[in-house]
Amino acid sequence: MGLRWRLGISVLVFLLCLVYALPSIPGIGTALERILPASRINLGLDLKGGIHLTLGVDVAKAVSNALALAGQDVRRLAQDEKIVVLRPRVVGGTTLEFVLPRAENEAKLQELLARHFPQLDVEAPQRGDAGQLRYVAHFTSDEVSRLENMALDQALRTIRNRIDQFGVAEPDIRKQADNRIQVQLPGISDPRRAVQIIGQTAHLEFHLVRDDVDPGKAVLPSGVVVLPLLESSPGQKDDAKKEGRIAVEKDAMLTGEDVADARPAFDQMNQAYVTLNFNARGGRIFERVTGENVGRRMAIVLDGKVYSAPVIRERIGGGRASISGNFTTAEAQDLAIVLRAGSLPAPVSVLEERSVGPSLGQESIDSGVRAALVGAALVIIFMAIYYGVSGIIADLMLCFTMLIVMAGMGAFGATLTLPGIAGIVLTIGMAVDANVLIYERIREELRHGLTPLAAVKAGFDRAAISITDSNLTTIIATVVLYQFGTGPIRGFAVTLSLGIIASMFTAIFVSRAIFEEWARHCGPKGISI
Amino acid sequence: MGFAFIKHDTHIDFIGKRHWAYGLSILILLAGLASVLWGNGLRLGIDFAGGVIVQVQFAQPVEDEALKKSLNVPELPGISTQRFGEGGRDYLLRFSSSETGDASLLRTNVLKALAQAFPDNPAEIQRLEVVGPKVGDDLTNKALSALYYAVLLIAVYISGRFEQRWMAAAIMAAALWGGMYLFSFTPVSMGWQVLIALAITLMVCFVLKLNFALGAVVGLLHDVFITLGLLSILDVEIDLNVMAAILTIVGYSLNDTIIVYDRLRENLRARPELDLASLINRSVNQTLSRTILTSGTTFVATLSLFLLGGGVIHDFALTMLIGVVVGTASSIYVSSAILLALGDTDFYVRAQEKEKYERPGEHGIV
Repeated sequence: MGLRWRLGISVLVFLLCLVYALPSIPGIGTALERILPASRINLGLDLKGGIHLTLGVDVAKAVSNALALAGQDVRRLAQDEKIVVLRPRVVGGTTLEFVLPRAENEAKLQELLARHFPQLDVEAPQRGDAGQLRYVAHFTSDEVSRLENMALDQALRTIRNRIDQFGVAEPDIRKQADNRIQVQLPGISDPRRAVQIIGQTAHLEFHLVRDDVDPGKAVLPSGVVVLPLLESSPGQKDDAKKEGRIAVEKDAMLTGEDVADARPAFDQMNQAYVTLNFNARGGRIFERVTGENVGRRMAIVLDGKVYSAPVIRERIGGGRASISGNFTTAEAQDLAIVLRAGSLPAPVSVLEERSVGPSLGQESIDSGVRAALVGAALVIIFMAIYYGVSGIIADLMLCFTMLIVMAGMGAFGATLTLPGIAGIVLTIGMAVDANVLIYERIREELRHGLTPLAAVKAGFDRAAISITDSNLTTIIATVVLYQFGTGPIRGFAVTLSLGIIASMFTAIFVSRAIFEEWARHCGPKGISI
Repeated sequence: MGFAFIKHDTHIDFIGKRHWAYGLSILILLAGLASVLWGNGLRLGIDFAGGVIVQVQFAQPVEDEALKKSLNVPELPGISTQRFGEGGRDYLLRFSSSETGDASLLRTNVLKALAQAFPDNPAEIQRLEVVGPKVGDDLTNKALSALYYAVLLIAVYISGRFEQRWMAAAIMAAALWGGMYLFSFTPVSMGWQVLIALAITLMVCFVLKLNFALGAVVGLLHDVFITLGLLSILDVEIDLNVMAAILTIVGYSLNDTIIVYDRLRENLRARPELDLASLINRSVNQTLSRTILTSGTTFVATLSLFLLGGGVIHDFALTMLIGVVVGTASSIYVSSAILLALGDTDFYVRAQEKEKYERPGEHGIV
């Protein structure tokens, strides 16, 4: 390739990098917003502060819930066909059992199951002592994976909804392998609240209370369950809420599915509570249930705990209800958010939480930049002293390398993390490697008595192979790092590999053009190296 | 005009002094091993072991003892404190059990305990990390396999590049890859899997006579083990950043090794009549100035990171510092000495006669 071409391409790359690097420089980026590319380097959470969460979605629970519902459906549909099916129950979370007391209905039930429940694998029934038939069924594996994916997707949507309602700038929510969801919330001031909002299942149900049953009894009538009751008297703080127990009907009258809207509100005592608006179907059911059960108590159950159990004084129309539970204002707001955004289809647990305060992030940036500047200054001074003018060229190449790294990160919109800064500092140290190899080689060739131009050419030719060989192993290591790493480590892998590739380009391609030009015009005093 | 501290005609007899270097290496390795087994052990950070770290900052400096006493409350079981950085205002609190899973509760408890003990010295939580045991286990496995694959890929690359035996290298890679895959179905723990696989890798290199690769791999394993041993002696906690530094060392420690190998290749071609020991010596001496220079600049940059980069990156920088020094030394002694010990580069020299892989003129041979 001709020299002019080389120089031309180098200048072109330089200008292109300048255009992509500028938006990331504070001050300049905003001033020239119109003409520069929009993508810029983002700061990672460890630098700007915020929380990083890894959530595990318990999809097995979602499958077992779906199986319980399928059992109810089998019973109901069989009833419509005048077949009695007893005791559908889920065993071990994966198996559905039910009983057909009258064996003569076997064929009819078989036909019904085949028609309406293709997603169930029903094993051949076992005959019991009294002539009844025991059925065991599982979901097909396709159905299981469909349900798991659906649960994960729905959880992701719900969490995204909640975060949007909570109001966080630039949240990043994504699925990960193993039914995990990664949530990143930059610049959040109250991590505790955020985690509660994200992690709450918010499964809302309305049950009728069975005041005729003593919740302390060991044996309960069928169709009754005992739930914890949060007894609240005004003025108590969160952790002081005493827990009682209350017996309620097992089947819920109504669930959060039918809630169209939820808002925080205040009563005359200035106590916060949450008002609910049902959708049309929910409103109808609520009106019917309250109308039929005036005088009884209605328990409002959230995530398996009874928040309140007010007495139904009259038929409640208009599709409205309220949940009071001695909430603080923030609690009422958060509860309204989770009810509006819908419940999670499966319980979510926090597997990992990392939060960094904004002041620590700023400190990290400051010290990282200081380390980079001091390291760069020392390397630059050293090169200039050791190699003279060539050392200064190497220093210019180092600056060019840094520019390429910034431009590369800016163009891809990469995230700069604290380990990423470490990668840049390391690059500063390693970037001169290529130049040193070349210069040492040129010095050697000059000692062998070659002319400057021949020495430059031979030096570059021979060093180029060594440079590629030696840098490739580091690149291999960074590629592996990128594969295994989580966010911050990926940032390190990106900056280091970008830095190494950029340093190879500047040393082998750009500085070669400069040196050949110089060696041609240096005259008899030779080149300073 | 620049200058050269390292004279271009050094003739240090590295190979002759290799037994001293071996002795030193083995001494450090044993000291590290003793520290891992009976001393501090390898302290895994919460990234790998699971657990909780809380970094707090006080408005004014506080005493270690006072802090320890203040946190000795039933709500905060199994807590240890550690001064962080300079000035006595920053502390790291660790909870070994991740049973304390509820981070928000922990946050409140820590702040409550501190507010009670130091009413006029407000503390602020700067960083809080909770890692569940499951996430930690996953990451440990990932880190180990990453380490292994990095070594494997590098071994393949070196045997291909230096011995022109891409075929042998590819067979080795495929066999080991398949082996690891099969292993992953056995109940053997990941640590053992990786160690066994590494041992097999070394054997395969030996049997296939991939001497350059063997030298390089032994050299980098030597670097990794010495670094781990020193980390144990210095009682540094191995977190994700340290792990990244160790993987970087895997790549970087070969940097010098390859430069020496490159030179050796050239010298083997140019002076095949010389014996291997003096060829290696020659190559090391010829590349000495470059090795010391670039290791020097990398060392200086890392040192600046170590001294100025702040507490969070401190251990990363320390690991890199150790790695740069050990990696440079090992490329001179371990990797080259292994070649010498095996004493068999005939294959390579024979391959040269075929002039298989380079264009005339590439190495000044016309």
